[in-house]
Amino acid sequence: MKIGILAYQGSFEEHALQTKRAMGTGDIVPVKTPKDMGQLDGIIIPGGESTTIGMLASKLGIIDEIREQILSGLPVLGTCAGAIFLAKEASDSKVKKQQELLKVMDIAAVRNYYGRQRESFEAEVDLSEIGEEKARVVFIRSPAITKVWGNSKSLSKLNGVTIMAQEGGMIATTFHPELSNTLAVHKYFLSLVKK
Amino acid sequence: MRLYELTFAEVEDYFYKLAEVRDSLKDQGLLTELPELRSNLKIAEGTTMVKHAFPIFQKGGVVMDVTNVKQAEIAEDGGAVSVMVLDKLPYDVRKVGGVARMADPKIIEEVMSSITIPVMAKVRIGHFYEAKVLEALDVDMIDESEVLTPADEVHHINKWLFKVPFVNGARSLAEALRRISEGASMIRTKGEPGTGNVSEAVRHMKLINSELRSLASMSEEDRNMKAREYQVSYQLLELVAKLGRLPIVNFAAGGIATPADAALMMWLGSDGLFVGSGIFKSEDPEVRARAIVMAASAWEYPEVVLEAQKMISEQKTMMGIDIKSLPPEQLLQVRDT
Repeated sequence: MKIGILAYQGSFEEHALQTKRAMGTGDIVPVKTPKDMGQLDGIIIPGGESTTIGMLASKLGIIDEIREQILSGLPVLGTCAGAIFLAKEASDSKVKKQQELLKVMDIAAVRNYYGRQRESFEAEVDLSEIGEEKARVVFIRSPAITKVWGNSKSLSKLNGVTIMAQEGGMIATTFHPELSNTLAVHKYFLSLVKK
Repeated sequence: MRLYELTFAEVEDYFYKLAEVRDSLKDQGLLTELPELRSNLKIAEGTTMVKHAFPIFQKGGVVMDVTNVKQAEIAEDGGAVSVMVLDKLPYDVRKVGGVARMADPKIIEEVMSSITIPVMAKVRIGHFYEAKVLEALDVDMIDESEVLTPADEVHHINKWLFKVPFVNGARSLAEALRRISEGASMIRTKGEPGTGNVSEAVRHMKLINSELRSLASMSEEDRNMKAREYQVSYQLLELVAKLGRLPIVNFAAGGIATPADAALMMWLGSDGLFVGSGIFKSEDPEVRARAIVMAASAWEYPEVVLEAQKMISEQKTMMGIDIKSLPPEQLLQVRDT
């Protein structure tokens, strides 16, 4: 199994270590240019600044390649900025801004939904839909998934707001499983890769 | 991409154990000034883990110094991961002299409402109340910086008391670990700010790397001595030795002016970069911002760094100062230890 991690910026090293622990044997490769996209079985889009990641992905000519492969069935896990990247609709809670995004998943994401860093938080979340009771995770200047339609479904909610959603092989989370003690999200993603 | 021995959550377990020790001391009526650091509430803001997590999402990126909204917008469009709002760029602080203080809160507020990326601002070393003002303003991170004139010649701010994370400068492993013990959530090498000369940043990064390596190969006994020399807890040194790096995010700063400078600092092991005067003291800030961002995040690909270096022109790079020509009293990096 070969999992690529979009490694420009953000929590890419944390995702690599967490994926390695969740999968046992297999390869994890950083993805930065189109030639890194060959023969991947799955791809992870980490948390970071979505404006930065979008600018680099389009400047280095990889954004169309990723979109095409995801549309033809490549499983993808997007966390925080990664979720914004996947969403068909994305907006900021305050500032209007045009961004380079993939727009592949039937969800709407609102950036910086909970506020700035001072309002960032840790919380216990319910992951029973993917086989783990509870996990303590962090939300950092996190977005919210405000709408889920079509083939997308909500997998977990915190105080009524969707924090994890799935559409086929695409998973979006607004929290950070890569910074937590649980491997449940990564294991669930890898189970979709194997299918 | 680097893989380490411990995950973020495992490193945080260590900090939480320290927090538990503090909490039990508090139960005995000691350390009364400290807040509860480990919370069992369902949802908790401003905990150690939340503060240490913020810089993780800056990794691989470039934080740019700006002095107004226009520069902040250029920085965001150029792909900056954050902006640092200052009253004057470090180069001008050096030129003008006098007392350098935190930026005007009205300007910081304007910047915060016009861009979507995080906004940081600098406070004077030890100036607890400038930091309280910025926390009330809701900036995303506070830089307790030697670029401004220190307000306390002896102490740094007790950063455990804040909900907003702090970044501090360091020239050596001992300085970095002392700042972490005071509650810093991120470290940057100091370099020599406002010079356009990367040599001091290189010196500090290499020194920290070599101290990390020697720590890892040391006997327990020697490490115990080192902890006393560094004035930090033995447990923190154990964690660092096991990890082979600082337990929190470490950026490079001070004198970075070109894409090749950026790639050099990343190659030396920085998690990301602060660029101060290098962008807005050049004559081509729009393209230079973008070029430095490209070089920082794709530094392992010399062909990408070449492309970035071609985007800028050496004629337009800030002139720079030879650090040997600066008299010792003009060095900013020695203002705190």
